[in-house]
Amino acid sequence: MADGHDSGLGRLFVIGTPYLWLGIFFLVPFILVLKISLSESILAQPPYGPLWETDANGHVEVKASADNFSYLVEDSFYKDAYFKAVKTAFYSTVIALLIGYPMAYGIARAKQPWRNTLLMLVVLPFWTSFLIRVYAWKVILQGNGPLNGLLMWLGVVDEPVQILYTDFAIYLGIVYSYLPFMVLPLYAAIERLDLTLNEAAADLGAPPWRVFVSITLPLSLPGIVAGCGLVFIPAVGEFVIPEMLGGPNAAMIGRVLWNEFFANRDWPIASAVAVAMLVFLVVPIMLFQRFEARAEGR
Amino acid sequence: MNVRLYTFVSFAFAFLYLPIVALVAYSFNASPRVTVWQGFSTQWYAALLDDREIMQAALLSLKVATMNATFSTILGTLAAFTLVRHSRFRGRTLFTGLVAAPLVMPEVITGLSLLLLFVASESWFGWPKERGITTITIAHITFSLAFVAVLVQSRLATFDRSLEEAALDLGAPPWKVYFVITLPLIAPALVSGWLLAFTMSLDDLVISSFVSGPGSNTLPMVVFSMVRKGLSPEINALATLFIGVIGVGIVASVLLARRGLSVPTR
Repeated sequence: MADGHDSGLGRLFVIGTPYLWLGIFFLVPFILVLKISLSESILAQPPYGPLWETDANGHVEVKASADNFSYLVEDSFYKDAYFKAVKTAFYSTVIALLIGYPMAYGIARAKQPWRNTLLMLVVLPFWTSFLIRVYAWKVILQGNGPLNGLLMWLGVVDEPVQILYTDFAIYLGIVYSYLPFMVLPLYAAIERLDLTLNEAAADLGAPPWRVFVSITLPLSLPGIVAGCGLVFIPAVGEFVIPEMLGGPNAAMIGRVLWNEFFANRDWPIASAVAVAMLVFLVVPIMLFQRFEARAEGR
Repeated sequence: MNVRLYTFVSFAFAFLYLPIVALVAYSFNASPRVTVWQGFSTQWYAALLDDREIMQAALLSLKVATMNATFSTILGTLAAFTLVRHSRFRGRTLFTGLVAAPLVMPEVITGLSLLLLFVASESWFGWPKERGITTITIAHITFSLAFVAVLVQSRLATFDRSLEEAALDLGAPPWKVYFVITLPLIAPALVSGWLLAFTMSLDDLVISSFVSGPGSNTLPMVVFSMVRKGLSPEINALATLFIGVIGVGIVASVLLARRGLSVPTR
């Protein structure tokens, strides 16, 4: 498998197998989503109409239309759901960055046996079930749950406050679940930094905040972009967290897509929602990929 | 500065672990009301083992997770070799994109698009006749292989090629070099990759829900429908078992290969 030594056949196998798999099961499905987003919802199995029909005389009648998309634009329900999803994902990403950066910095600057232990502690919750960790917050945030108990015991509130099924609970859930995704790339970027640069700046009289702003921060930018990408992009389409922690009216776009598909069985609209979501996410995804590719080229 | 930084880091870790500790504690609670403490009991573990729906779903999930982990480790490793060792071939940019995109793609989109593929493929080729264990496994491999590829890739990138070159110079055929030198050296990353793919599969709700058919409910799907109806102490017990098994697995793999627990993402 080593480059330059292997036969053409081995090379074809190494490149071709994963390429073929991802092509069939990742790329082709997107084309199908696009196709079905242009079709009409019908009562049939599967519940969508053809894009064209050929009648007895051989005339081809085009049935494809952008009706589903104009429906998405006209009904403010969908626009609001997109806006809410993007807003929620954005603020969650900012909060995760504000918590994650000092964590990653602290871990990267810790002494050795500690550094690996802390790093493992970041990774560990990531390996336990995501669904179960979201459910844990449902338990904690309940009206008669431990958090309300603590708040009352501290005298902050007199009676249980509604925390579960609020937007606050959604933010909490997203920041909590995606924090490891933020910390890991940040850690990798900060750990690689050359500390002699910081020392030089300090020797030349720069105060610590100045060293941080003009050296550490810009040099860890690839980590920031990767971390924010890993949090923001999936969070926009998040379904489990708003479904479990948010109120019944917390219509984020991932939840809307889910309901269009499972509750309304409207596959064409669900596909149109997916296509529109991808249009929003194309720029962040490209940005993420560029930084991924750059980091990989090191 | 340092004291403040590490106080903050400690709080952040407390934030990460508090919910997990709470679930484990509540799983031993005698009260059927999830949040009222009424003394120590292991009754929810017994109830869990008696629940046929959960046990069946757990079996299905374990089967899918094992197959997924194995196949996505193979495919992910091939993808990693492609990314690190083959810098020039036609369509490389597209390939890089195809490997990176599943890492961030919202699950509802991946799930919907794969379902549409399976439905279309059934009408074109008559396959798959029904959706279930096979379609769920294929869907899981598609997103897991990307994570395995990232793990193995970071191992390969810091890999000393001179050992391979020496073996090749001494006349070893490439396949032998691969199995005797390359594979053992990247083995820790493969183990981490396998475990990561296994856990991700065991955990997936959204994509499985889209591509499964009637009668093939995975464990997260059953848990999700139980949680929707309300809190259940059985789920706390299930969560604790889950955390226990994974915790033991992780610690074991770290002890086995000190560098085993590589970072899932860069």
